[in-house]
Amino acid sequence: MTVTQDIYETTVGLEMHVELSTASKMFCGCEVVFGGEPNTRTCPVCLGLPGSLPVANERAVEYTIKIGMALNCQIAEHSLFHRKNYFYPDMPKNYQISQYDLPLCYGGYVDIEGDFGRTRVGITRVHLEEDTGKSIHIGGSGRIADSDYSLEDFNRAGTPLVEIVSEPDIHSAEEARAFVTELRAILEGLGVSDVRMEEGSLRVDANISVRRKGETEHGAKVEVKNMNSVRSVARALEYEERRQRKALESGETLIQETRHFDEKTGATSSMRTKEYAFDYRYFPEPDLVPFEPSAEWVTSIRDSLPESPAQRRARFVDEYSLGESDVGILTASVRTADWFEAAAKAYEGDPKKVVNWIIADLFGLVNEAGIQLHESKIAPEQIAALVRLVDSGAISGKQAKLVLADMFETGDDPAEITKRRGLEQVTDTAAIESVVDEVISENPDAADKVRAGNTGTIGFLVGQVMKKSRGQANPQLVNEVLRTKLTS
Amino acid sequence: MGELHWASATELARSLETNEVSSVEITQSLIDRAAAIEGELQAYLLPTADRALTDAAAADERRAAGKSLSPYDGIPLAYKDLFVTKGITSTSGSKILAGYVPPYDATVVARCSEAGLPLLGKLNMDEFAMGSSGENSGYQITKNPWDFERVPGGSSAGSAALVAAGGAPWSWGTDTGGSIRQPAALCGVVGVKPTYGLVSRYGMIAFASSLDQAGPLTRSVRDAAALLQIAAGHDPMDSTSIDQGAPDLLTGIDGGIAGMRIGLVKEFSTEGTDPGVRTRIEEAYTRLEKLGASLEEVSLPSFEYGISAYYLIAPAECSANLARYDGVRYGLRSDGEDIIKMTSRTRAEGFGTEVKRRIMLGTYALSAGYYDAYYGKAQKVRTLMIRDLANAYSKVDLIACPTSPTTAFKFGEKTADPLSMYLSDIFTVPVNLAGNAGISVPCGLSPDDGLPVGLQLIAKALDERTMFRAAYAFEQDLGFASSDEGRPKL
Repeated sequence: MTVTQDIYETTVGLEMHVELSTASKMFCGCEVVFGGEPNTRTCPVCLGLPGSLPVANERAVEYTIKIGMALNCQIAEHSLFHRKNYFYPDMPKNYQISQYDLPLCYGGYVDIEGDFGRTRVGITRVHLEEDTGKSIHIGGSGRIADSDYSLEDFNRAGTPLVEIVSEPDIHSAEEARAFVTELRAILEGLGVSDVRMEEGSLRVDANISVRRKGETEHGAKVEVKNMNSVRSVARALEYEERRQRKALESGETLIQETRHFDEKTGATSSMRTKEYAFDYRYFPEPDLVPFEPSAEWVTSIRDSLPESPAQRRARFVDEYSLGESDVGILTASVRTADWFEAAAKAYEGDPKKVVNWIIADLFGLVNEAGIQLHESKIAPEQIAALVRLVDSGAISGKQAKLVLADMFETGDDPAEITKRRGLEQVTDTAAIESVVDEVISENPDAADKVRAGNTGTIGFLVGQVMKKSRGQANPQLVNEVLRTKLTS
Repeated sequence: MGELHWASATELARSLETNEVSSVEITQSLIDRAAAIEGELQAYLLPTADRALTDAAAADERRAAGKSLSPYDGIPLAYKDLFVTKGITSTSGSKILAGYVPPYDATVVARCSEAGLPLLGKLNMDEFAMGSSGENSGYQITKNPWDFERVPGGSSAGSAALVAAGGAPWSWGTDTGGSIRQPAALCGVVGVKPTYGLVSRYGMIAFASSLDQAGPLTRSVRDAAALLQIAAGHDPMDSTSIDQGAPDLLTGIDGGIAGMRIGLVKEFSTEGTDPGVRTRIEEAYTRLEKLGASLEEVSLPSFEYGISAYYLIAPAECSANLARYDGVRYGLRSDGEDIIKMTSRTRAEGFGTEVKRRIMLGTYALSAGYYDAYYGKAQKVRTLMIRDLANAYSKVDLIACPTSPTTAFKFGEKTADPLSMYLSDIFTVPVNLAGNAGISVPCGLSPDDGLPVGLQLIAKALDERTMFRAAYAFEQDLGFASSDEGRPKL
């Protein structure tokens, strides 16, 4: 890629679908929950039975407006639903209630940090629609065309779905990764969706084309589907970018098509060519009335918006003197950031101390386990307690690392672990004095050296005392006792 | 009272109250009546006599215990098969829904059940309410009780024919472009198309969502107001239902029309209208004047585009509404080696010619490149019609015109020429497009052929009270409906 970087440029636009985590579906009262026994969360409305009618879920509209605001969009003063007509067996009405020329939100942007530095990616529109059911094709390749039969599950049908369309302002797989990561953090922060790509509550399709630099026309647009993680988005786009560049280098003509990403092989393969464009015959949904979100409602939604990931990052740099990469890790997930803040607050002292423990030590354990910070057994208050134990001299820094590993394993309180493992430091001066006396009598030469002013030797004696006490003596105290006994 | 099956719901309610008759007796008399006339009439797609008698017995028990659900508790009714009924096959007159048993009741059905009305059965109709003669039913041909060689009108063919023949005091129909008023006129009964949004559409198998509206068919104006009142009012399950309480349609219905201003439409030419229809309609205008109303000419220039706009909007909406009948989840499924062939064959075999024609028309009207010229233009016409009507109603309280340009025509007379069939609805379609309320009330028999003629009174949106008051005054003064002349000789 780097070889051809100077000749070609890549253009990517993303289309994301976000399932909202409202209590009920978009147009009926059925519960929104992932999975479940097939066709148990259905009713006449989401099954599209004859005579049924949709009633819009106000909370879903509110969530969509929230998303629009978080993506710096304009909020429509007048909006309505359209019917998008096409036949597919998992779509109960054979039209989808969606939005067309009057989406709820439009004209926003998201700032990202990618391999070309800081970039602003435009948001064309954010609109609200209903999700389809799920088809399982039995036999053949697993696709509908050559299957023996298909099973339909309508539990998902009618789940509120927000479509977010970006401008083609993304120019690399890395930027796409950064964009999706940022978007996911924004959505998670709003609390409007589970944003789990593996469960399909966040779905990303990408349009990618490559052209020679300086050309005014975009290359043939390829739509890539089936990317089930942020990593897959990056992998699929890297593959596609490479494939298209190679094709251009060898003088091939690329065609407009839809390609399927294979997680296992890391390659894309052609699904269908766009010889003709679909005609969805959009028209205004006559079963629903147009809506005009009132200014007061929009204002109250705006007032309820939480801090954005970008704002939080800036604050973390400020408040906790963190480096950009640490902040990036801490804010990649809202729950991680929340966990961190809770720990910092629970500690009450200089948060940097907690920060150091989390970044230098806890991150290692968490990464090794392949989980996220907030998913560990350790509560934020517990790590604060651990740092306080070190501060008070109850345990040494070295011991604290052992305790932390134990906490990560068991979720027990640090004080409890310290006691259980017999790690409490001996801070009782009398007990230390007797060990110090023993060490002095066993090492007269070294003691003499210290008496003669060679303070460097004191470290050796401290080490001997620590050894005798099996590390439980407080080293600072040992040092003081030795000095008192030998130099005064 | 005379023969029970000719009694009005209002009369039956009085007799029930005074214990002159039981609900079971009324219901049995209607079942017997149906047995006598159905061989020729063919109004029912599915009679539910057992259900009706069970409902009636329950109503009688409630009455005996002083726990009647409404003044009409125990007075039976029947529904156009377009209303879904829980546990009872509902087909909308289409083969594609043969054997389809809905798991829920339409709001209209639920509200009538809550008022204690026993269910007599489901009535024949033009398939998916598309037609003006009943001939488009996927199942059978309903006859006009005045002349079995003639159509009852449509699409609420069974609803009009059954009530006209004394098979039920009242029934529910639906009206998308005239489907209640036109068959009411052709069968000599009262038919009401309420204001769009007054009655919930939940559980009405959709034809054209922005035009469909449920309404009553009865033999008296008062019964129509009473049945409408039972089901009217906001329904949270229908976003287009008007958010207000049920109106009081009966109080003041006999208040007369002295001083009422009634508009006659300048652009409604009498060309193409039967001379016999014209005669009765002009007499009706004179009668309204005699009753104290003043007649004024109003201009509705956009109304000449009514049929054109209607035949773009209604098919466009139906092309989407009927897409769900694909053989995947319910109803007919034809064989096919893959999903496309299965769905294509199901629709080819399940839908009738008129339904296919309208799906194709609508699909075309919505297609890329044609939308603005067809669907978009039609919506603009609709806006103009609403404006024209608003202008007219600044001068008058009601508009009067014929319901149908002709009396009942013969079977097969218009089936070969869809356009001439479409023109049957020339006076009714504008009311659906504008969303107003309209009523067809009998105004006698045509001197040419002895068949019923209907007078249409069109009210402002949500001004059903004025409409019923005028229709009632006219009906009482004419005395046709309550006379022997007003009943077909069966």
